[in-house]
Amino acid sequence: MTQLDSVIKPKTKRSKRFLESRAPKLTEDVKSAMIMKGGNTSLTITQALKDLYSLRKPNAVLYKKKNITRPFEDSTSLEFFSKKTDCSLFLFGSHNKKRPNNLIFGRLFDFHVLDMIELGIEKYVSLSEIKASKCPEGTKPMLVFAGEAFDTDNEHKRLKSLLIDFFRGPTVSAVRLAGLEHVLHFTALDGKIFMRSYRCLLKKSGCRTPRIELEEIGPSFDFVLRRTHLASDDLYKLAHKQPKALKVKKKKNISHDAFGTKFGRVHMQKQDLSKLHTRKMKGLRKRKGEVVTGEQGGQAPKVAKVES
Amino acid sequence: MAAHSVEALLAKAEQEEAEKLRSIAVHKELDLEFDVGNLLACDKNRIESRDFREQKKEDFLRSLARDNTQLLINEIWKLPTERVEEAIVAKLPEPTTPLPREKPPPKPKPPTKWEQFAKLKGIQKKKKTNLVWDENAKEWRRRWGYKRANDDTKEWLIEVPETADPNEDQFAKRVKAKKERVAKNELNRLKNIARAQKVKVPGVGLTPTAQQSKDELVRAVSVAKTSTASVGRFQDRLPKEKAPKNTGKKRKFEPLIGDFSNEKQKQLELLKVMDSKKPKLDITKAVNKQMREEDREEASAKYKKGAGKKGRKGNMSGKGKGKGGKGKGGKAAGGGGGKKRSKPGKR
Repeated sequence: MTQLDSVIKPKTKRSKRFLESRAPKLTEDVKSAMIMKGGNTSLTITQALKDLYSLRKPNAVLYKKKNITRPFEDSTSLEFFSKKTDCSLFLFGSHNKKRPNNLIFGRLFDFHVLDMIELGIEKYVSLSEIKASKCPEGTKPMLVFAGEAFDTDNEHKRLKSLLIDFFRGPTVSAVRLAGLEHVLHFTALDGKIFMRSYRCLLKKSGCRTPRIELEEIGPSFDFVLRRTHLASDDLYKLAHKQPKALKVKKKKNISHDAFGTKFGRVHMQKQDLSKLHTRKMKGLRKRKGEVVTGEQGGQAPKVAKVES
Repeated sequence: MAAHSVEALLAKAEQEEAEKLRSIAVHKELDLEFDVGNLLACDKNRIESRDFREQKKEDFLRSLARDNTQLLINEIWKLPTERVEEAIVAKLPEPTTPLPREKPPPKPKPPTKWEQFAKLKGIQKKKKTNLVWDENAKEWRRRWGYKRANDDTKEWLIEVPETADPNEDQFAKRVKAKKERVAKNELNRLKNIARAQKVKVPGVGLTPTAQQSKDELVRAVSVAKTSTASVGRFQDRLPKEKAPKNTGKKRKFEPLIGDFSNEKQKQLELLKVMDSKKPKLDITKAVNKQMREEDREEASAKYKKGAGKKGRKGNMSGKGKGKGGKGKGGKAAGGGGGKKRSKPGKR
């Protein structure tokens, strides 16, 4: 497709902008997610998908129709959808007797499936059931992962990376301190993963940093880890490759000492010390007349000494 | 008494202070890992299943979440802040968690032919103004595109230059020239792309176009035949296919120090030819050849015109465009449909 793009020139500025937004870039924008349903879905699943879509607005697409595919067997239709909508994250919900209330979280690299993790919902409390004032849409949530499984187990590590990718919002350079409201908390325990979503209230404490009180809003899930399809190591490494232009170039000959003073090193050429310009003191300059009288005067006292 | 109350007050104030300070402190066995750029905190402490089952699940999770969030907020509040339009904003550092990209990083495009040349010569890009003054319309118009200034193609009057043929269509000539320029530009653009993607562009005739002449087809077949591992030595030919001609060496050179007598002969002959008064170019022969070629061109043009007009007006054999004024030498070759040709002068 990229080959065709460069051969066929876009005829309008609008189409040109569209193609540029889809082209690979140095620093990428937010990933969009597509949320879709499988052949058979239950009420829990549809509600869950709607809630997760609202968590991920505006960078998400929710499909209404059912797609009769099985991501773990055949991922071509997923890849086709991602190419059409330029989405690199997907969430596929389905329900059958063998795997009730199934959610598949996945991500794509270069429109091919990278990772897919299947989670089953055991307990689910939806947004509407919890009566509390919600955070506005689009707030960047704080993510907290608890439990040593997220560090030790390989599958959990990938799941953690996938969840970070899914739930973090756009990368920003600065954040408003009063606007840090939303917290998503994931706990891994006994093979289960608990996801809770809270609203944090900043209370006064003695010092500048406020005290946190949490109030539960939002959907709460109890997941159980089912099948996984993880990318091979080299594909994973390839996906992480950053372009060289993004690397910060270190300036040489600059150092900082303990006090924060900036030191620099300047390299000079070899100096000819005979041609060095120093301060000229006019009074110390030798004059012709003075030299002669000095000599004569100098001789006389010597003679005098010998006599005495 | 007053002293006692003052002391009591001070003690109380101190206690309250201590309480407040305690309230943001959280005790954890292992420190959390923070990625403030992503607003992320990872708690590696073991969660005892006993605690989990003792309390109610939700309360336990909530208290755990509160502690972790408190630590994260403490970290965020350590960042430098600034005031942006009545809101206090903390500057976030770069995110440190490595996450996979969406698409592979873009490859730098190799420079085009013009860009290479410009770099070599040191030509800088000159920024041009968007609008140009159009004298005829007496207004500012864009430099190129729709309704541009000084548009060549929209002129209603073109002076015929003295050196040109008076019956030539100057408007058609301009349109044709523009089409050729556009086609050339397109070809160069595609060549640049092909060079950028290192796709080998095959020579003329090998990529199939709409109308291929017999020679082009023969050449394509011969190239295809020789592109085997044994350079076409074991490829069978069709029953009536002839061996391709002009496939040997294009010129034969004598060895440097070879036949001395032969070389002497050749040099003497050359001198004889240079000396003789006979002209090297046979004029009548050349003129006949030229005439035959012109007749062929006329015939093909008439055939094309005839084929075009057939579509519109039945079977009218169109008379070709007047090609008068072309001097034709000597004998008139038999041409199509009674054309009068002026008797030429000698060339």
